[in-house]
Amino acid sequence: MLVIKRIPIPALVGIVLTALFVLAAIFAPWIAPHGNAEIVSDVPWEPMSAAHWLGTDNLGRDLLSRMIYGARITLFIAVLATALSFSLGAILGFSAAVFGGWFDTLLSRLVDLLMSIPTLIMALVVLSVLPSNLVTLILVMGVLDSTRVYRLSRAVAVDINVMDYVEAAKLRGEGSGWIIFREILPNALSPLVSELGLRFIYAVLFLSTLSFLGLGVQPPSADWGGMVKENKDGIVFGIGAALIPAAAIAALAISVNLVADWVLNRTTSLKGGRG
Amino acid sequence: MADKQPKPGQPKPGQPKSGVLLDIRNLRIEATVYPPGEAPKNIVLVHDVSLTLEKGKVLGLIGESGAGKSTIGLSSMGYGRGGVRITGGEVILNGRDILKGGNEGFRKLRGREVCYVAQSAAAAFNPAHRLMDQVVEAALLHGTATRAEAEKRAVALFKKLSLPNPESIGERFPHQVSGGQLQRVMTAMALCSEPDLIVFDEPTTALDVTTQIDVLAAIKDAIRDTHVAALYITHDLAVVAQVSDEIMVLRHGRLVEWGGTRQIIKEPRQEYTNALVSVHEIEHQEQKPGTSPFLSVKNITAAYGRSHIKVLKNVSIDIFPGQTLAVVGESGSGKSTLARAITGLLPPEQGTVTFDGRPLANRLADRPKEDLRQLQMIYQMADVAMNPRQTVGTIIGRPLEFYFGLRGRQRDARVAELLDKIEMGKGYVDRYPAELSGGQKQRVCIARSLAAKPKLIICDEVTSALDPLVAHGILELLLGLQKEENVAYLFITHDLATVKSIADSIAVMYRGEVVRYGAKSTVLTPPFDAYTDLLLSSVPEMEIGWLEKAIKGRRMASAGN
Repeated sequence: MLVIKRIPIPALVGIVLTALFVLAAIFAPWIAPHGNAEIVSDVPWEPMSAAHWLGTDNLGRDLLSRMIYGARITLFIAVLATALSFSLGAILGFSAAVFGGWFDTLLSRLVDLLMSIPTLIMALVVLSVLPSNLVTLILVMGVLDSTRVYRLSRAVAVDINVMDYVEAAKLRGEGSGWIIFREILPNALSPLVSELGLRFIYAVLFLSTLSFLGLGVQPPSADWGGMVKENKDGIVFGIGAALIPAAAIAALAISVNLVADWVLNRTTSLKGGRG
Repeated sequence: MADKQPKPGQPKPGQPKSGVLLDIRNLRIEATVYPPGEAPKNIVLVHDVSLTLEKGKVLGLIGESGAGKSTIGLSSMGYGRGGVRITGGEVILNGRDILKGGNEGFRKLRGREVCYVAQSAAAAFNPAHRLMDQVVEAALLHGTATRAEAEKRAVALFKKLSLPNPESIGERFPHQVSGGQLQRVMTAMALCSEPDLIVFDEPTTALDVTTQIDVLAAIKDAIRDTHVAALYITHDLAVVAQVSDEIMVLRHGRLVEWGGTRQIIKEPRQEYTNALVSVHEIEHQEQKPGTSPFLSVKNITAAYGRSHIKVLKNVSIDIFPGQTLAVVGESGSGKSTLARAITGLLPPEQGTVTFDGRPLANRLADRPKEDLRQLQMIYQMADVAMNPRQTVGTIIGRPLEFYFGLRGRQRDARVAELLDKIEMGKGYVDRYPAELSGGQKQRVCIARSLAAKPKLIICDEVTSALDPLVAHGILELLLGLQKEENVAYLFITHDLATVKSIADSIAVMYRGEVVRYGAKSTVLTPPFDAYTDLLLSSVPEMEIGWLEKAIKGRRMASAGN
């Protein structure tokens, strides 16, 4: 089915880079030369050297090791939050489109309400009240982001719901489960996948914002966004340590979207992707 | 007119050279397709077609979809739609090759020497501008007339095309006039800049028969009075026989036959033309209605939303086992709404539907699975009636699973059997709808409804989106299946030729009411009521001079006028 030769080069680049990030995240403790919080140098912001490939950070910790551990925590939270926001948003959005009536009105107004409060402020309020751990962090990020997914999937599903093939399924007597998952979902996948690539990166950025404000990942662990913050003062002295996690975020954004585009191309084909 | 059959690719012999307006020589048109996962490749859409058109004459281009008729028509204005390229040959208009003029040349040509009338006027007009502004635009742009002159000319054309209120109709917006009127306004737009050639691209295909006849007559008069030449593109031979002097039959981008109108319809020389000419003749012996109908619709009244406008008024019909009831009428007459009321998609306000002696629940959600199984439906647009993400096997197999609980090998065997019944074979199980032709798609829809072993299949305009030859095949299939499975059809259509070849009884609907109802032979035998008469007399016949006769003979003006 999946021949590597037939994958276009951009997608291949995206797959390789994403795979590298994922592998680094999974095997962090075995790959990283030093511990996450281990101080290896008395001097902050040591330049790149054979001992410390990416130099050290503001507290003299090995930057490469922190990047690898950072990948783990960044990817973990972003993946789970995106998965939550997509499953929640898409299922509720499709249901709203299929059931319509008061169910749709109630959910849509609730989502409007949530969206009318700036996401960041909402997240800050909720996170400062709730105990700060990974589960609440992921839940808050996922639920807040699902409002966007809800609106998209509802809009897409409303269009699909009036197609003759959905009517044919309803005439046959199919239940809502079949209509949502077998008739609507496969046809709504393309816009959702393209949104997924983007939303995942937003989750990374949102996480870094929260960490920056002290409500995200708690030290000494840090996600990439947090590491940008830790090292940002170095920029004044001409030290590029903050640029490395920033570059990693950019690379992740691009590679994930390269993969998403390729998946999108395949799912858009109405001939089962076999030409 | 010389009736000799020219060899494809050569100009017609014995053609007077002087009066030639358009001379297309060895036209070759290509397009690049991009199949996913493969290298892009060139396909040839039009192979080496030549034609000539004299001033003031009308040439009909006819063929099935994909025959290249529109592509050839548009090439006369140097235009290739969506990536289509003219790669060979010459298009000589008024003595010069327009393909050599470049974009500057095209700009001077289009809207001045050649104008275009599109199939769907509703989609071709800009909804944000008044009709008059759009009608005179080309004339003003080319500077052939001042605004006052152009508007005067437009009003005269509106009058000639028998549009109501010719002085003021130009002030309206496109959505404020009917479809038939809009098509005539578009013809006025094409004529307004006084071109030498008009390309009519299926101008009446989207209209009801009763409206089509008026538009057709208006176009014909306008062509005659303005002495403009025209290419008339259509797939309906009976229509083209009314307006054109010559007919060119095309297939797969190649010339099949070219000759005078009389010769093509009376003495076709090619087998394919013959098939096109004689397509409507399915003999169907009417069955006597049985003693008891299994489905009775009694005095149904229905409306959409809480509207006061009733779409169905007091409609009653009976359907007998294994027989076909055809429901005919123009668009808006309530035919499809009747189907929706019977299936429960639109619960009627009053009246009952009785099935096998007991009343059916009004709402779809209240009906048991068994009732749903007995009533199946086939749609007009087979493309959107099937989930594009499901294979043929899933589409046909799902009702088997759902109603009969068949799984695994049993299910596959039954799917194969059904594919055999629709004359398609097992090889199609893994195909997606996008990999099927239009006719095959409709066949799969038929198989899907048959899979439920229903007593009644509601066929909503199932052949109207198909080419005549393909539609013919579908009708024969439906008739054959009716004999085998003893299934009844409620056949909704606006095409009376289809009705004649498939129905046992007929209900004629007009503005939500059944105006005539009975066995086929009774309904189609005079004396007629005014509407049935209009409907019957509006169906184009493949006979020269039919149009004039029909217009003169009718007793009632059509509603879309």
